[in-house]
Amino acid sequence: MPFSGKSRRNFVKQTGIISGGVLAAPLITNANFHSGASDEIKVALIGCGGRGTGAAVQALLSKQNVKLVAMADAFRDRLDDAYKSITGDLTEAGIAGDIKKLIDVPEERKFVGFDGYKNAIALADVVILTTPPGFRPIHFEEAVKQGKHIFMEKPVATDPEGVKRVLVAAAEAKTKKLNVVVGLQRHYQNSYRELFKRKDMIGDITSAQAWWNNDGVWVKPRTTGQTEMEYQMRNWYYFNWLCGDHINEQHIHNLDVINWFKGGYPVKAQGLGGREVRKGKDHGEIFDHHFVEFTYADGSILNSQCRHIPKTSAKVDELFIGTKGKIYCGAANIRDHQGNVMYQFDKKTENNGYQNEHVELFAAIAKGEYKFADAENGAKSTMTSILGRMATYSGQVVEWDKALNCGLNLQPAAYTWDTLPKSLPDADGKYKVAVPGVTRFY
Amino acid sequence: MKKIILALCFLQWISTEAGFAQTNVSKTEEINIPLSELKIKMVSIPEGTFLMGSNSSTKPNEKPAKTVKLSAFWMGACEITHDQFDVFFKDDNTSQGSKVDAVTRPTAQYIDLSWDMGKGGGFPVNSMSVDAAMMFCRWMYQNTGVFYRLPTEAEWEYACRAGSKTNYFFGNDPALLGQYAWYKANSKEKYQRVGTKKPNAWGLYDMLGNVAEWTMDQYAPDYLKQITDGQLDPTNPPAARYPRSIRGGSYLDMATDLRVYTRKFSEPLWNQRDPQIPKSRWWLTDGMFAGFRIVRPVNQPTAEEVEKFYKLYLGK
Repeated sequence: MPFSGKSRRNFVKQTGIISGGVLAAPLITNANFHSGASDEIKVALIGCGGRGTGAAVQALLSKQNVKLVAMADAFRDRLDDAYKSITGDLTEAGIAGDIKKLIDVPEERKFVGFDGYKNAIALADVVILTTPPGFRPIHFEEAVKQGKHIFMEKPVATDPEGVKRVLVAAAEAKTKKLNVVVGLQRHYQNSYRELFKRKDMIGDITSAQAWWNNDGVWVKPRTTGQTEMEYQMRNWYYFNWLCGDHINEQHIHNLDVINWFKGGYPVKAQGLGGREVRKGKDHGEIFDHHFVEFTYADGSILNSQCRHIPKTSAKVDELFIGTKGKIYCGAANIRDHQGNVMYQFDKKTENNGYQNEHVELFAAIAKGEYKFADAENGAKSTMTSILGRMATYSGQVVEWDKALNCGLNLQPAAYTWDTLPKSLPDADGKYKVAVPGVTRFY
Repeated sequence: MKKIILALCFLQWISTEAGFAQTNVSKTEEINIPLSELKIKMVSIPEGTFLMGSNSSTKPNEKPAKTVKLSAFWMGACEITHDQFDVFFKDDNTSQGSKVDAVTRPTAQYIDLSWDMGKGGGFPVNSMSVDAAMMFCRWMYQNTGVFYRLPTEAEWEYACRAGSKTNYFFGNDPALLGQYAWYKANSKEKYQRVGTKKPNAWGLYDMLGNVAEWTMDQYAPDYLKQITDGQLDPTNPPAARYPRSIRGGSYLDMATDLRVYTRKFSEPLWNQRDPQIPKSRWWLTDGMFAGFRIVRPVNQPTAEEVEKFYKLYLGK
């Protein structure tokens, strides 16, 4: 059934009921291919891992008239696991009501393989892009091309060429007034928003610190019969074309907060890093620690550290130091230099940023509003992480503009199971790891 | 040396606990945590009978009070600390997050779930699910052959009361609570090192406040109605992940929520910020106040009974 043009969203658009500078978003597209109510917001999930499954559920809990209509993943088993999870008993996940009625993904709308995303995107009004980040640029490009609203997880690329593609598509998304939310969920979290509003209490920010130090993540050992491509896809965290190293995949959250409060991005970085503990056969090519000194245009410094080493002290936080005081993000307070608390966020009013990013996105879409354009910042905060990685891998001072325009492209020649990725194991099954002083920054 | 420690414990008990009805003398002993130099101090809890719940409570889930009989057991004098838990959590000889192995370690925490409140040096371990707490017990059993588990709700309240019949184990005056407990009024919203406040009559520290303590029971609002007067060793085996019974209140709670008969329960909100589906079996993103202490029944079950028990509580 074609889109009737009578939906509430369409009405808002046509009559221009816009307040507070909110622009009207384009019509929900022609994705109403079957007999759903015309108000229904159709969602496709691209990337069915644990995070993608979580994001899909959060979309379904956004309190709008949402229906999940398509799913895509490179792997059949991951797609099946996700489908089983979301159509199964979710009471343990805290889902009180029945969300099964919001899920309509028959076999013909389950797409397996590298190319299924195109078909899935075509069936939706809103797409959730939650594959490993190496695929984000092509998936985002396609979603924008097809005129869809987008939720995409961070980071949004793994190399500068990917960042540039996202920046180009981000501009197109703006032109098309497509809402884009990036899963840097601190932007959607009450405590961070309240701290941001009050950041001037500490005067000028002269330096900042950011930490993502903890034990690290899962490993998926090689199994017999896997092609190299399949192995790397399964064990994706340890390969830069897919993950971008943990400074990109996790630490981006903290670096992005610094960029947000600074209102800009670093102009250069230098740092050190390596792999001290995590250097087995299934640990691919990424480092297990990075310490980066980022410099912003005004000369202020961000000292950033991230570590994936078990049995070491853990800390995930951000700290700003200004001329008049400090902002402690984790504690959610602002203090003067004597330590007196000038502002304390009431933690009882904290929300779940992961849920709220979907609540706000889908509310805007339901109202026909154009409110979210996160892609450009998402791309530049991703570039911040990549800049840091280039600095630690090379041991050189790396400038933003040179890094962004260096042409580094880590992606394989094609996305097929038989294609050989660029990074391959040696005779001992080990991958080449960057060596500061030897490895070039790109 | 050990004799001296026991004697000191006994003296301390005499000096601080005069005036409480008492059926037995608390003994303590120290057990070794496998693969480490660390120890856990255990206190002997005598068999006995007590009135569980409170008929004067305004909360329906805390009444009617029932007479409950309990077999003897040993209970940790303190909440399990990060240091103690980490021996298990970082034991490289045990698989991690396995869906196959009966004993497996929790997966890594995605972020730091101690929330900067302190780890090494005697701070209570926190943010773990009841499964992670019970798995610690099972790991202890695997490595020592001695059966440990979490307390039942009834055991917990019996041990907390330590013979008292009042709202708090030291009487009814909440103004005295600060001598015995870390709670909202004195904690600065952080848990504190275990064993730094006065213990109860049986030598148990931090039963009220600091971290709330997992029991092994499913929570039932009408549990006291279900219990029959005089019932021996009541327990409510788990049927679902939520709600589970957790007792003692925490550093975040007010005095009114730290009564010996206050009954709290877990809910999915305690893991709401876990962005993945399925959510972590091991960790709570929003349950920073959850901790535990262990017990060891005096009458140890047979090996088959132990396996059956852990299978019921841990799924395999």
